[in-house]
Amino acid sequence: MREIRYREAVREAIREEMEADERVFLMGEEVGHYQGAYKVSEGLLSQFGEKRVIDTPIAEAGFAGIGIGAAMTGLRPIIEFMTWNFSFVAFDQIISNAAKIRQMSGGTFDVPIVFRGPNGAAKQVASQHSHSVDPFYTNIPGIFVVMPATPRDAKGLLKTAIRCQDPVIFLEGETLYNVKGEVPELDEEELIPFGKGRIGREGKDCTIVAFGRPYYEAMQAAEKLAADGIECEIVDPRTLRPLDIELLVESVKKTHRCVVVHEHWPYGGPGAEIVDQIQREAFDWLDAPIHRVGSLDVPMPYASNLENFVLPTVERISDAVRRVSYAK
Amino acid sequence: MASGRDALLEHYRAMYLIRRFEEEAARAYAQGKIGGFLHLYIGQEAIAVGAAAALREGDQVFQTYRDHGISLALGMSAEKGMAELMGKDTGCSRGMGGSMHFFDKEHGFMGGWGIVGGHVAVAAGAAFKSKYLGDENVTLCFFGEGATNIGGFHEGLSLAGLWKLPIVFICENNQYAMGTPMKRTSAISDLTLKAQGYGMHGDRFEGYDVKVVHERVKQAVDRARKGEGPTFIEIETYRFRGHSMSDPAKYRSRAELEERKKKDPLVITKDQLQQAGATIEDLDNIEIQVEEAVKAAVKAADDAEPAKESVMFDSVMATKLGPQNREEAAR
Repeated sequence: MREIRYREAVREAIREEMEADERVFLMGEEVGHYQGAYKVSEGLLSQFGEKRVIDTPIAEAGFAGIGIGAAMTGLRPIIEFMTWNFSFVAFDQIISNAAKIRQMSGGTFDVPIVFRGPNGAAKQVASQHSHSVDPFYTNIPGIFVVMPATPRDAKGLLKTAIRCQDPVIFLEGETLYNVKGEVPELDEEELIPFGKGRIGREGKDCTIVAFGRPYYEAMQAAEKLAADGIECEIVDPRTLRPLDIELLVESVKKTHRCVVVHEHWPYGGPGAEIVDQIQREAFDWLDAPIHRVGSLDVPMPYASNLENFVLPTVERISDAVRRVSYAK
Repeated sequence: MASGRDALLEHYRAMYLIRRFEEEAARAYAQGKIGGFLHLYIGQEAIAVGAAAALREGDQVFQTYRDHGISLALGMSAEKGMAELMGKDTGCSRGMGGSMHFFDKEHGFMGGWGIVGGHVAVAAGAAFKSKYLGDENVTLCFFGEGATNIGGFHEGLSLAGLWKLPIVFICENNQYAMGTPMKRTSAISDLTLKAQGYGMHGDRFEGYDVKVVHERVKQAVDRARKGEGPTFIEIETYRFRGHSMSDPAKYRSRAELEERKKKDPLVITKDQLQQAGATIEDLDNIEIQVEEAVKAAVKAADDAEPAKESVMFDSVMATKLGPQNREEAAR
């Protein structure tokens, strides 16, 4: 299988869906002439023109709202947030409008829209630009939340998202854009369904649930632990809403131990939700309490030594696995 | 002249329907049959009816939570509206929206929206669709003067002006943002100045005469349809009731209210009709028919099935991956 970068995988998904459906358009800051703040949309303007690759002013609430209105009336917008940190000024649009209109109208209006962009910490961009927003959006019924870690998942899930008849929060990662991975050939279309997780690595001793960027730290931790004789199974739920709880529980029933890794802060969020659901579904199979590894409970500092300390590290993940394994 | 009179008679019928519908809604609210918020449009009827008459099939209308008037003016049945107010399955939003969230796709009514300023950009999105598809439809977006101070309003107007979208923004300036008069919320009194900065046409007039509203909104709608961009219209009006049913409106004087009631749009239209030769009998007939329709609507709503649990789950998303029953929703 060919290898491409995460950035290219996202771009391929957008391109293929725009080629397939005239109603699909891409809108956001610097998506056109600038070729994308992170070059995700490079080349799309020249292929599709200004009608369908639309640069906006810096007005997230405005263009998020435009997207929702366009989706309600028959178009299929892809709204790019330059980063998800900027979605907070459009929060009301997503919560009060995109997520609510279908039910509030008695099922009259579908809102087929994708909000996408990089989520989480980049490198040394300090607290206002380093949010992992998944806890905010996963709390809301009426929207899907997708958080792919690999290029293949990014492409297959984004294609599903663009064809989805409901609002989708699609969380990429600035530090993931350069990650390379196997992706099916261009003529082998792959749509990855929502609500289906993936086993990233098989193991019998401890389940590590990981999604988004710290999936890679979890994989590294698993490598290290294997050298010490602890075989971890890495399960990536890929979509946080809906959540493939069956796959997670199946793995935990096999390993009897579980660590949940996430980039968001420790208070609540999908990390806590996953722990809650697993302990109810697999209580009798657990040999130890489930532990969590997330970002430390502080706003992100600028200094790189501190940033590395705040984010979930390979070391903290390894320590958590050892703790639930009662190993030294 | 006869055709003009007939049109005005129909305007009167529509305005009278809104008035009587809301009076009965207020009664039902007092009886405990309607819950939550109930924002009445009484006093502002000429705007909804005049503006609706300027539209054609395919056009789309967005309104705030004060949405009964425009829904009825666009053609929604009183029965669907009353049932929605009472939280019934036969309501226009199947009991999921209530007073603030009427929807009626069939008549181009894109909803009553609950967050001040939150629907302005969404309405611009519907207009964006029209430009994208070239369908030559026009979008109307209503809001109050209070909304002109919030960010959502400005971002929506900014993009609509920038992209010359086929939309008409109608500010129903009823003088009070809930209980606060405009002189305490806005640095300027001519609100069209706010739209000037976004490069769009502005118009400003009183909204007590339905014929005037119709003509002036029509001009703006025609301009939008021809691709000449959006218009911002400020219409002076006055609500005779409080902000909502829980508001006794103590922030304004009895004398002020009585003075304003001299411009009651229904009285003005009735006078115009009589001057145009309509008989007392013509008017009585309309009023009797409306009374019957409203009475029937209340009866039908009273008798209708309550909102359904299955619809509550089923309507959240089109994709059936979310919870579809109580057990799944409690997980």
